[in-house]
Amino acid sequence: MEGLIALVIGVLTASGVFLVLRAQTFPVVLGLTLLSYAVNLFLFVMGRLAIGVPPVITPNATAYADPLPQALVLTAIVISFGMTAFVIVLSLKARAELGNDHVDGRMEHKESQQ
Amino acid sequence: MNSLYMHLPILPVLLPLVAGIVLLLLQGRAIVLQRSINLIATLGLVGLSLLTLDHAASSTPQVYLLGNWPAPFGIVLVLDMLAAWMLAATAVLALFALGYACIGTDQQGRSFHVLFQLQLFGLNGAFLTGDLFNLFVFFEILLLASYGLLLHGGGRERVRGGLHFVVINLVGSTLFLFAVGTLYGVLGTLNMADLALKISQTPAENHALVQSASLLLLIVFALKAALLPLYLWLPSAYGTTSAPVAALFAIMTKVGLYSILRVFSLFTDDLKSPLNTWFFNALIPIALATLLLATLGALASTRLRQQIAYLVIASAGMLLLSFSLENVPARAAGLYYLWQSSFATAAAFLLADLIRNARGDHADRFEPGPVMQRGVLLGSLFFVTAIALVGLPPLAGFLAKFMLLRAATEHAQVAWIWGIVLTSGVITLIALARSGSLLFYRAEGPVRGKYTTASSSQLAPIIGLLLVIGFMVVAANPLSDYALRAAQQLDDPSHYQNAVLNRAATSHPAKGDIQ
Repeated sequence: MEGLIALVIGVLTASGVFLVLRAQTFPVVLGLTLLSYAVNLFLFVMGRLAIGVPPVITPNATAYADPLPQALVLTAIVISFGMTAFVIVLSLKARAELGNDHVDGRMEHKESQQ
Repeated sequence: MNSLYMHLPILPVLLPLVAGIVLLLLQGRAIVLQRSINLIATLGLVGLSLLTLDHAASSTPQVYLLGNWPAPFGIVLVLDMLAAWMLAATAVLALFALGYACIGTDQQGRSFHVLFQLQLFGLNGAFLTGDLFNLFVFFEILLLASYGLLLHGGGRERVRGGLHFVVINLVGSTLFLFAVGTLYGVLGTLNMADLALKISQTPAENHALVQSASLLLLIVFALKAALLPLYLWLPSAYGTTSAPVAALFAIMTKVGLYSILRVFSLFTDDLKSPLNTWFFNALIPIALATLLLATLGALASTRLRQQIAYLVIASAGMLLLSFSLENVPARAAGLYYLWQSSFATAAAFLLADLIRNARGDHADRFEPGPVMQRGVLLGSLFFVTAIALVGLPPLAGFLAKFMLLRAATEHAQVAWIWGIVLTSGVITLIALARSGSLLFYRAEGPVRGKYTTASSSQLAPIIGLLLVIGFMVVAANPLSDYALRAAQQLDDPSHYQNAVLNRAATSHPAKGDIQ
């Protein structure tokens, strides 16, 4: 189980890093999204994997899941969600202002000399 | 009065938040109303930060338990001398930046005033929090506000620089979360004082994990601070944004440096700490290389605002140098330099905007241009600002550099430190002298294109900032004294830890003979 989760996080991160290094804004946004999925999963499992145990105090419970990473990941999800929305709007704006979707807004014409 | 002091650590966070919400509700109302509320709130923040400055000096670190949960279980705010020092710098800078923005820049786009207060909310929170995850949250708040401010006014160059700024900071936030997650997974706490304790007690098999998580943290902070390999985003972002925003952002790189100082002075205090290894000794070469390359960048710049952006990076290098020398006088010099460099770069960004507007089509490019309206006055202000930026006597930058060089005399690499700090000073001097002579002396003929003459109300914030730098010279003794005491407080984190973890004061092992 641990191995599987670690593998998933690793693959997500690797894909995210690969996509962030692309030259078009859309893959970059996707890469950022994958990176934030990876880190959210990572934060979540930092409380150790536990199945069928309560996070808050209940009578007769023999073991507990750590509730703090769950709270952290909730915060992180909200923040990364907002950031993704922002970066999508920004890349649309960049596409409109710069006339292409290159991350450097590369101009093939003379405009770059201005 | 007593209850005011009891709640003092949270007031600098609450005031901008409330002001931001009020301004959000008033959007679309008369601009005069928005401006006056923002100005009143910022003035209030200046008063409040002076009060915290005074209060922090008179007591041990004051801890504020949010929701009254005892540390390390709840989130704490900690007001110590370093936090108060940073709050005061932010508030003063914000006041002058806002004063300049209210003359017209704020109307170039929407929501300027809301974002401005939320930016202050994030900054103040980052300085006051005592919890690593909470630091992440405040970083995100200040970043989200800064994205909006950076793009304020729009335009092609701004969007291009802004996109890089946003993407690289989002990647940085991801790394921050990985670091926080690893630290929590290994040590089971996120309270910084508690983390410091747990780190020094880590069993050997976990050392590698703690070290890699701390290195990730260091990378994130270095990214915010624009240190050597990670500074490429800064010149295009700061060099193209609107002037008051660039002036306010003079404090943004300092947040990264503050975090390095705060977190690593706690984490590496114990000599048994697994973090006392090679990579923290690598900070001095990084600082020196940043300083040297940034000044070379300033020399090679083709536009005035780009040049000032490179000088922001150079000041980050200077600050990292003073913080990583690990002796008290050097850190005190760094804190004093932090104030003066923030104010000087802010004044320079504002002045560059006036010069750009006065030169019409030539803007702020370094090429022989027209004679500016009120050129003598602008030139004289440029001269004084340049003195402040280079660190020549009689202004405060000279005192800060002198204190730093004197503190470094005992260091093993003193030749490198003195050599590079002095060389970079000379290069900065040459760079600014060249820009000044190009902009003001090699000028002839009338202005081509649309231009505006600098008005007295636009000059007032710049003169105000320069006066603050002048005041720092007059009050150099009490201010450097304060910085020294703040550095001493950092040097012995047992006070901080005892205050946060509510332990009885225990005697801290003497660590005077590390350096």
